[in-house]
Amino acid sequence: MLINDGIPTKDDLDKIYPSPERLAKGPVAIVECFQEIPCNPCIKACKQGAITMPRDINDLPLVDVELCNGCGLCISRCPGLAIFVVDKTYSEDMALVKLPFEYVPIPKAGQYAVALDRAGQDLGWCEVKKVISGGKKNMTYTISLAVPQEKAMEVRNIRVGGYKDGN
Amino acid sequence: MNQVEIMVIGGGPAGLCAALAASSLGAKVLIAERDDIAGGQLVKQTHKFFGSEKQYAGDRGIQIGQMLLDNAQADPNIEIWTDSTVLGIYEDGIVTVEHEGAHAKIKPERIIIATGAAEKFLSFPGNDLPGIYGAGAVQTLMNVAGVKPAQSVLMVGAGNIGLIVSYQLKQAGVEVSAVIEGLPTIGGYLVHASKIQRAGIPVLTRHTILEAYGDGKVEGAVIAEINEKWQPIPGTEQKIPCDAICLAVGLSPLTELAWQAGCEMAYIRELSGHVPIVDDYLETTRPGIYCAGDVSGIEEASSAMVEGRLAGISAAASLGFGKEQVEELQKAAMSELDELRAGPMGAHIRLGLEKVAAKGGSKICS
Ligand SMILES: Cc1cc2nc3c(=O)[nH]c(=O)nc-3n(C[C@H](O)[C@H](O)[C@H](O)COP(=O)(O)OP(=O)(O)OC[C@H]3O[C@@H](n4cnc5c(N)ncnc54)[C@H](O)[C@@H]3O)c2cc1C
Ligand code: SF4
Ligand code: SF4
Repeated sequence: MLINDGIPTKDDLDKIYPSPERLAKGPVAIVECFQEIPCNPCIKACKQGAITMPRDINDLPLVDVELCNGCGLCISRCPGLAIFVVDKTYSEDMALVKLPFEYVPIPKAGQYAVALDRAGQDLGWCEVKKVISGGKKNMTYTISLAVPQEKAMEVRNIRVGGYKDGN
Repeated sequence: MNQVEIMVIGGGPAGLCAALAASSLGAKVLIAERDDIAGGQLVKQTHKFFGSEKQYAGDRGIQIGQMLLDNAQADPNIEIWTDSTVLGIYEDGIVTVEHEGAHAKIKPERIIIATGAAEKFLSFPGNDLPGIYGAGAVQTLMNVAGVKPAQSVLMVGAGNIGLIVSYQLKQAGVEVSAVIEGLPTIGGYLVHASKIQRAGIPVLTRHTILEAYGDGKVEGAVIAEINEKWQPIPGTEQKIPCDAICLAVGLSPLTELAWQAGCEMAYIRELSGHVPIVDDYLETTRPGIYCAGDVSGIEEASSAMVEGRLAGISAAASLGFGKEQVEELQKAAMSELDELRAGPMGAHIRLGLEKVAAKGGSKICS
């Protein structure tokens, strides 16, 4: 369970997943932040006003999936590294997962990296499509990974290093 | 003898914010910091901080520390003494400091104690082997000195410090074999735990360290699962090979100076030990002496900064600075503290502060 090992369960995730209809429309933020902690940079990060907290900074962040356009700006702004963007419309058999990354070496677009799930388990090689730097001050990278559709809700990290130039 | 208006002891986030707030009202401040650089814990916090924009959330601890330090250094009202350890606060209000190889005596009109906290240790067989570190020491080695502390580490403690230092070890290319925690649940923020789990570092709650082994240095640890009574469950022992064991089992407030100054103290478990009794404005029972930050209860840098600001405003106000703005500034700081402590993660702090209030102290938390 999340509180025992830090791995969100299906129940935790079901509460925050956008509907299949919304996922079918295009990229959308998946905010995996399940504990009421005093924190709110995600609200300000979103220019669409899609993230809110009704009472105060201890609330869980709420995502209005109709306002969210999946731009991914919030990913590198969340100190908990808890925000991902999933685009199930990327291609027929592949989805795009955008995730935060703060290790070196940083992979390059076009390279392949080992995708990992929420427990750090190997989900196979995936192509890195894009790498965006958070800038000199922010320093968190956002990595876009093409993953098989059925793994879009599993892939949440990549193994550091050992990147390959082709599959 | 040096006369100063306000003396701040400790140049961490609480001390720096206290100095900046007091100076903004016109007071002259001297900060004494025992380290060779001010910034306190922030100088080694390479991760992004939580809180709200008012506490610079989303910035990294080192950036927040540097910003506070730059502001303090640029402030003509603030003087910072580094490499200067405060040794005592005496009955006549004189503060003694080891400064530039000499024993300096200062007579401040007000004192703000912001000395922070010290790491707790843990007793188990083999805990005197070289290779057993406090998490803070490992963080200083990595993030301040740029030294890779080990190849493979076992982390003991799944509070925020254990989780964050594990993440930073992984960033530095050190393998973390596991984070073990005696409690049944993770004490730190779950987003930190999730972040290290998905990097392949297991977090094992209800586990303890039985012993460290090795020939002249740490070569591994024996860990085991424990039951509700904290007794190891036979048959669950595992050997974890590692060349360092990192202890992140809590902090205790660094209160020697408050004790010596004769401030009334109370043991408050929720605040992590003996703490000075302070009022709404963070003044101790000894008039003119204030406490702010971890020294009056282990919390966060976010709250330490706001407490520092509150103590700085209050100390300056008591010397006649600020006048009209004071009440508003104090109220703003108090409501920020309330907000930071309002959620479930602040429950133990609220309980601790209620106990302080019951002893005639602070009522800040509404
Ligand atoms: C690994 C780790 C991660 C953390 N992560 C976060 C986080 O993400 N967000 C957050 O809000 N907080 C975080 N914290 C907590 C935060 O760092 C502390 O709560 C905060 O630094 C407390 O501030 P302070 O000014 O009270 O004490 P400190 O930062 O400890 O500063 C006290 C200063 O006083 C000096 N001093 C002590 N005794 C003397 C003396 N006798 N004479 C002169 N100087 C003296 C010390 O050298 C030190 O510089 C973290 C802490 C750690 C260890
Ligand atoms: S992905 Fe873009 S639009 Fe969606 S919540 Fe994040 S910042 Fe807002
Ligand atoms: S910024 Fe990240 S960790 Fe903080 S509340 Fe928002 S989602 Fe949670």
